[in-house]
Amino acid sequence: MKTTIGRSLGQLTAAAVAVAAALVAVSASAQIKVAQVVELSGGGTAAGSQYRNGAKLAFAEINAAGGIMGKKIESMEMDTQSQPAIAKAMTVKAIDEKVTAIFGPVFSGSILVSQTESQKANIPNFTGGEASNVTAQGNPYIFRSSFNQSMGMPKVANYMATELKAKSVVVAFVNNDFGKGGRDSIVKELGSRNIKVAADISTDPGQVDMSSAVLRIKQANADALFAYLNEEESARLLKELRKQGYDKPMVGETTLMGAKVIELAGSAANGVRGHVGLTADAPAFKDFGAKYEKEYKAKPDHNGIKGYFSAYMLKAAIEKAKSTDGTAIAAAMKNSCFKAKDNPGILLDVCFDDKGDIDRESFLVEVKDGKQVVTATLPMLNKR
Amino acid sequence: MTDFMQLLLSGVATGAIYAMAALGFTLLWQAAGTINFAQGEFVMLPAFAMLIGMSMGLPLWASFIVAVALSILVLGAAFKKWIVDPMRGSGVVSVVVATLGLSIGLKSFVKASYSAEPHPFPSIFGDEVFKLAGVTISYSDVGALVFAGLMVVGLQAFLNKTITGRAMQAVAQNTFAAEALGINVKRMIFYTFAINAILVTVTALLITPTYLAKFDMGDNIGLKAFFAAIIGGFNNSRGALLGGILVGVLENLAGAYLTPAYKDGVALALFLTVILIKPDGLLGTPQERKV
Repeated sequence: MKTTIGRSLGQLTAAAVAVAAALVAVSASAQIKVAQVVELSGGGTAAGSQYRNGAKLAFAEINAAGGIMGKKIESMEMDTQSQPAIAKAMTVKAIDEKVTAIFGPVFSGSILVSQTESQKANIPNFTGGEASNVTAQGNPYIFRSSFNQSMGMPKVANYMATELKAKSVVVAFVNNDFGKGGRDSIVKELGSRNIKVAADISTDPGQVDMSSAVLRIKQANADALFAYLNEEESARLLKELRKQGYDKPMVGETTLMGAKVIELAGSAANGVRGHVGLTADAPAFKDFGAKYEKEYKAKPDHNGIKGYFSAYMLKAAIEKAKSTDGTAIAAAMKNSCFKAKDNPGILLDVCFDDKGDIDRESFLVEVKDGKQVVTATLPMLNKR
Repeated sequence: MTDFMQLLLSGVATGAIYAMAALGFTLLWQAAGTINFAQGEFVMLPAFAMLIGMSMGLPLWASFIVAVALSILVLGAAFKKWIVDPMRGSGVVSVVVATLGLSIGLKSFVKASYSAEPHPFPSIFGDEVFKLAGVTISYSDVGALVFAGLMVVGLQAFLNKTITGRAMQAVAQNTFAAEALGINVKRMIFYTFAINAILVTVTALLITPTYLAKFDMGDNIGLKAFFAAIIGGFNNSRGALLGGILVGVLENLAGAYLTPAYKDGVALALFLTVILIKPDGLLGTPQERKV
């Protein structure tokens, strides 16, 4: 009798374990796991937090609408601490978690290091990094959410040559992969338009006192300033420029006119102008901006839009590939265009080339009374 | 020459702010034998206290007064009672390790409770500028210089000219002798911690508009103030003032005439040079201790 009861209990336990395992397996396969490997502390906090928030908002919307092909998105957040080595380690951790896609890092220096890991694991990796060399590694799994610097800088140089009629420009940049890449691109573009670079001034990541950098900018006595720094440093530079009474045109590419920079710099940001790939003040992004502000009680900047766009881009790619396999998703995006009317979450029509570089409309803006005002909309570089 | 004057003025203004935080280092060392490696975070906390005050609708000046009161309570009394007093018997190293841990804990606490993002902070002196003899001068620089100058001069006067100040100095020089003379040693030590709490709150008020309110904003100011205190002399409050100004001015000059990339290395280079040539600091005096 004892033996029979014991055997029955054993069979019952085995059956329960099997059912539980099957339930776990069904539950796991009914979800799409993704990882946000972003800058949530350190110098890139402003950029990483915005990117994370944008993507998080999109995941919630997608899940509320039934997920992707009936599967809900399960997102993990990992902090790179704005350090490339930690970004790489976190990417490996995300791969161990068997994610379908990785979002981030936003900093170019970090994605340059971490993308080798996602490439080895055949996992699509979206990034907010803008340095030209991010997509020059021959990685079929890397996809930008913003312009490559070599696509944005010609538009800035054109603006300085034709609108500002500048003959000489002082270039200030942050001494990291993002800043150096931007500096190299703009110097090349200015040179091809016969605009002299009067001074080439580097600042350190996280630099708090900009007084000597600004003094050197003033000493250069150029027709205009082109500044290319991360958000916090941009705000500090603008404040110091204001403090030292700098009165020449201040031009930037994306970050200098970003919402976070305007918030941090206050009135010192007024008058700044330049080119942005993404702005919440453009009509196409207004609805997204309102949703973001409602959720986070803060205005989104270009990084918030990048995160939101990347999440919806993954949805569009999975639906096109009809698969959650990394290689199929990547193949669905390469050399392809996606229309916003078919995929509203991507906000604007976009095209990816074979390297993962993105092309879409962009904007010329000026900061007036603490707000970014769109002064012109520029078409895609390569109209398809 | 105009450029030089511009750099000098801005360097002296920044240096005066370093000096205030450095002064806190020297006071705590003299009165309580404590090296507070959380001094940078002691500057960061009042900045967030003022931000919270302003988010509740208080004007900046009122938030500052509330922050001063809170600082005396938390960074003065509570810090002394719960961290320094239990550790003092175990030697300087224990206090150093405890304050290093406190520094990490405070950063993590602010990061978790107030986000890791930087926040704008208004300048009490406004953003306007004026020109004097070709030099562009901001009201915030002048204000920082005057405010910090008044704090340092006022503190020197308090320490040298009042009975309480002299009693505090007596405690710093010889605790046992001071006690034998009837000085309330515990109270004098508390006053030192309270003065440090006021100094860090004023430092936060003056420096946060430039540094931006962020959980790790104290890293830089804490390090610069520590270097300034060592350069000037850890056992001399006037030395802290000299060290702060030297660091502020030389950083600016190196940034403009060498390269901005070397700017942050100036304090370290000066620190190394001074401790190699004069280990007690420029105005410091050798200290003898019983072994």
